[in-house]
Amino acid sequence: MRVKVLSRNPDDYVRETKLDLQRVPRNYDPVLHPFEVAREYVRALNATKLERVFAKPFLSSLDGHRDGVNCMAKHPKSLSTVLSGACDGEVKIWNLTQRKCIRTIQAHEGFVRGMCARFCGTSFFTVGDDKTVKQWKMESPEYGEEEEPIHTILGKTVYTGIDHHWKEPVFATCGHQVDIWDEQRTSPKCSLTWGFDSISSVKFNPIETYLLGSCASDRNIVLYDMRKSTPLKKVILNMRTNTLCWNPMEAFIFTAANEDYNLYTFDMRFLESPVMVHMDHVSAVLDVDYSPTGKEFVSASFDKSIRIFPVDKGHSREVYHTKRMQHVITVKWTSDNKYILCGSDEMNIRLWKANASEKLGVLAPREKAAMNYNQKLKEKFQFHPQIRRIARHRHLPKSIYCQIKEQRIMKEARRRKEMNRRKHSKPGSVPFVPERKKHIVAVVK
Amino acid sequence: MATRTSRRRALRQGAGARRDTRRRFAAVPACGAMAEQEPAAAAAGSDSDSEEGEDGERRHRQLLEAISALSGRKRRKLAERSEASGQVSEFNVSCKGAGEKLLLSELLQPIHPKSTLGSVRKELARVKQKAAVELPLSKEEAKRVVREAAYVTSSKEVGKWQQVVLQNRRAEQLVFPLRQDIATVTPLERVTSAWKARTPLEQEIFGLLHKTQQPITDPLLTPEEMASVQAMSLEEARRRRAELQKARALQSYYEAKARRAKRIKSKKYHRVLKKSRRRQALKEFEQLHKSDPAAALERLEELEQLRMQERMSLKHQNKGKWARSRAIMAKYDLEARKALQEQLARNKELMQKVRVEPPEEEPCEVPEEDTTALPMPSGANPWMLGKPSGLAPEPEAQEGPRDDTVPVAVESKGKMEEEEEELSEEEALLQDFEQKRQQRTGNPEGHSKDHGADETETGAEQPRDSPVPPDCAKELGDSPVPPDCAEELGDSPVPPDCAEELVSAGLEPPPQAQEELLLSEQLRRVQTMEDMESLAKEELVEEQEKLVALRPGKRARQQEKARTGDRHTKKAATKRKMISLEAVLDGKPQEMDCSSLPVVLEEEEGGIEQRGMITEAFAGDDVVADFRREKRKAEEAMKPQPVNLVLPGWGEWGGTGLKPSTRKVKRFLIKAPPAPPRKDQHLPHVIMSEKRNIHAAAHQVSKLPFPFERHQQFEQSMRTPLGPTWNTQRAFQKLTAPRVITRAGHIIQPISAEDVPDTAPGSRARLGGEAMPERKAVPRGKAVPRGKAVPRGKAVPKGRAVPGQKAQPRHRRAQ
Repeated sequence: MRVKVLSRNPDDYVRETKLDLQRVPRNYDPVLHPFEVAREYVRALNATKLERVFAKPFLSSLDGHRDGVNCMAKHPKSLSTVLSGACDGEVKIWNLTQRKCIRTIQAHEGFVRGMCARFCGTSFFTVGDDKTVKQWKMESPEYGEEEEPIHTILGKTVYTGIDHHWKEPVFATCGHQVDIWDEQRTSPKCSLTWGFDSISSVKFNPIETYLLGSCASDRNIVLYDMRKSTPLKKVILNMRTNTLCWNPMEAFIFTAANEDYNLYTFDMRFLESPVMVHMDHVSAVLDVDYSPTGKEFVSASFDKSIRIFPVDKGHSREVYHTKRMQHVITVKWTSDNKYILCGSDEMNIRLWKANASEKLGVLAPREKAAMNYNQKLKEKFQFHPQIRRIARHRHLPKSIYCQIKEQRIMKEARRRKEMNRRKHSKPGSVPFVPERKKHIVAVVK
Repeated sequence: MATRTSRRRALRQGAGARRDTRRRFAAVPACGAMAEQEPAAAAAGSDSDSEEGEDGERRHRQLLEAISALSGRKRRKLAERSEASGQVSEFNVSCKGAGEKLLLSELLQPIHPKSTLGSVRKELARVKQKAAVELPLSKEEAKRVVREAAYVTSSKEVGKWQQVVLQNRRAEQLVFPLRQDIATVTPLERVTSAWKARTPLEQEIFGLLHKTQQPITDPLLTPEEMASVQAMSLEEARRRRAELQKARALQSYYEAKARRAKRIKSKKYHRVLKKSRRRQALKEFEQLHKSDPAAALERLEELEQLRMQERMSLKHQNKGKWARSRAIMAKYDLEARKALQEQLARNKELMQKVRVEPPEEEPCEVPEEDTTALPMPSGANPWMLGKPSGLAPEPEAQEGPRDDTVPVAVESKGKMEEEEEELSEEEALLQDFEQKRQQRTGNPEGHSKDHGADETETGAEQPRDSPVPPDCAKELGDSPVPPDCAEELGDSPVPPDCAEELVSAGLEPPPQAQEELLLSEQLRRVQTMEDMESLAKEELVEEQEKLVALRPGKRARQQEKARTGDRHTKKAATKRKMISLEAVLDGKPQEMDCSSLPVVLEEEEGGIEQRGMITEAFAGDDVVADFRREKRKAEEAMKPQPVNLVLPGWGEWGGTGLKPSTRKVKRFLIKAPPAPPRKDQHLPHVIMSEKRNIHAAAHQVSKLPFPFERHQQFEQSMRTPLGPTWNTQRAFQKLTAPRVITRAGHIIQPISAEDVPDTAPGSRARLGGEAMPERKAVPRGKAVPRGKAVPRGKAVPKGRAVPGQKAQPRHRRAQ
């Protein structure tokens, strides 16, 4: 009997080093692997289901404040540190890994209106209802040392907000006017005014750091140039803007959180109409913060929920709420793009995952590959009805749900009315106004 | 004067009167008093009838005047003011032309130009050109202008980021943090140059080194040493010169001698010389090998070089002039034939590849256990040979050991014969081989020298008489034999036991001999068959195992080998580490082969059986006919049915059992239009149902999603699979690469100019593309969903004028 011996080229199956992957010969002939679309569809469906199953975004709540949390600040150099100021003038510094408060300061009398950390992370500033600006050390005082601010500036009016420059020892406060301070001086370097009204928030542009944006209670958003110490332009919206936040990756983009339940993303070069109107909230939006990648932002609302919006989408991709969370006043997205912190009326700070179903901790390479694959599958089949249905499903508390329904009815009614009016009037007399233009009253030069 | 008064009067009379006076001026040239009177009279005459009838007083005066004029007496006319005038001059000049504009230049006209007045005039002209200074802007206005200018400049500056932003939006993948710290390798020189002595001890040491001028950076000579090296004493120089002279003289002597020797024409002398030289070289080589194996290796390489040159050249081939002439002569002349043959042999010898084995494998004692574990030796796998040698040598290899011989006798006999018969190349080669081997065998024993010039024959005789001694066999084993030769050898019948004997004999070679063998083994061990026969045991064992693997019938042999193997186990254990990669690699495929082969066979057999069973079991069923029937049914069902609108009883008798007339039926039966051709009409084995499946529809996309413009696009995007089942590892990784990668625990800072990859360090050259991008230029990739993020709005014209840019205050601080 003749035996034929098979022989193979060792190049096909021998690893060059033992660290290489084992070579598994595979035949990729499509004939051998039929029904690829159907099989991938099933995989996508399963991935979507699993995503929803594992979507448990709430991590923990940091409790300890004795009044509603009014403001928060991120530590610029440490991911595990976060600062919060409450309505009773108390400031707390938290360690997120331990989920503990590591320091408590009675900083002000009355509200802590705003706080910000210095760019180097060595100190932070607070402003309060007691008309003071205080600078504090980030480290806790030595044993026996008094808890005292480094500097205290007593102003004439109440300051409602503060923000620090991203590179220089300069900070800006707002109140009756926008003041720009040198850290070393007790009087502002310059004051920027345009009209007379209380300004609720001021923010430095993180990229072009001489630019400032502020929003006042006379419904306007004003941009300033710090170098020329002059305001640049003013947009007047339908309702008042509570805060704004600059995109950390796109120098000219900022988003404004408005009282009319919407958020508006503007390009500062073209203020005539916003780039995008983000609508999903059912009550006033109180705070907004960008993710450090600049692709998404999170908004906190009076409707007791926070929502995550993609920058280029008009609607949110995620809504977070819990039973006990009341009006969310402040929200922050951590600098590693992984977590979201929100401070609310009922004295708690909550820690959420930015990606609800993400697995925390170290991933094995195969896990990572599977995760990426599932992500792509979901993306690929996102238009399929079953998958979309599962992926979009979110639970909402009844109050929000009902309000949404109500809003929808109101909106529909308004639309119908406009349609009818158009129908019964001279053609062209009732113009079509795009949604983006609807909310802008005027742009003042 | 008169003209003025008259004019005044005319003014009083109105515009028409004035016109008349002018006319009169034109008609009557100015000629004294007469001329003055006359116009007045004429005017009175003409005017009185036409316009002013009511003004009697005036008329009266006119009359008086006229009369006085008639009297011919000239009367001085007194200027009298007859009207109220605001501007009265003392010169009795009433400002008659008060309303008219008086030009300054007119005033100056009559005055002759003078130097002093000229400058005044110039100044006046300059003053006249200047516009009036406008009022200053209001505070609000001024602020607005400043704001606008500032806005334009700052938005221009922000616009620098446009390109970067777009690039990031469109990027396939973004890795955050954007600024990756790249570990750069700094060259050692820079590190050393940057290093400085800091501690006092270091400084002291370095101070000392510097003082004594010791080399610090490189272990070179000190300057003194360098100098001393360079300098040379007189004596030394003389000695050196003498040496050189001597050497030169010697060289010239040698040259002269060589020239003389070269001139000798005797062929025999040359041949003898060559042979002796070769011998000498070989001897030297052997010596060298003993003393310095490395040098010997080098020599070997030289030999290899020589061989290469030979291969390249056409030397020693029977194509030269001489060779051709010899070839003609060869038929008749024995000498010529021999010479030709010799040359061919030389060619072969030179062309023979020298095989150099790595020194690790020199012992060549592949452990017995390993070889038993590997049923097939490395030669069996053509891939393992490392060169495309093909399968040709294998069968010979199998035969070789079996037909073990004392080959020398045969060969020597053959050698005697070959002189009589025609010479084939193989034979020449054989001869060559023999000669070489004898040289080698002879040398260690000190025979070859004694035998003199014709040592080939004597070498051949020696082994012929005596059975090959074990040592000798070993040595023989190492001598090179071309495969063709081995074939020849294979014919001679020799009992296989002999091989084992050889093997057992070769077991205990003295260490000295082994060392000697190393070289010859290196030369041509693997290629040749001859070697295999008389080879060291491990080679043989390997060989025979191969045989066993290929021909499982010969069990007895294998057992024997196993026995021999047992003896080697001790050594094998020690040499385990020397298992070559090839030996290890052999294992896998062989194991797989063994396992897979019978399985395949079984499957084949089983398949046939099963098919038979199936046919048997379903003998009664005619599946094909069933299918056809089914298809026909489906076709019928899909055919459009005619609509029957016939109502029985209309216009006819009604009742049971009555049929409507054919005419009526024809009229009211509406034929449906023919159905479109079925898609499976040309596919006999397929039924294609075009009914909508509700269950499937629940999973299907009902309308085209947004970024896609045509359903083909969408379908295309669905069709490409992403998974590892359909894609290679690399492709899979690429396809599933996430769009944004962030690293846990890394702080992502806002983008800055340094993060932009294409910018030169420190400069924002890349950033400053176009300051204010045209909105239209922004591509809104519809097919790509990412393009959606592009901002929309109105374009700001590029070349927009900046109002009041100069007036913009710089750093006005409110302090």
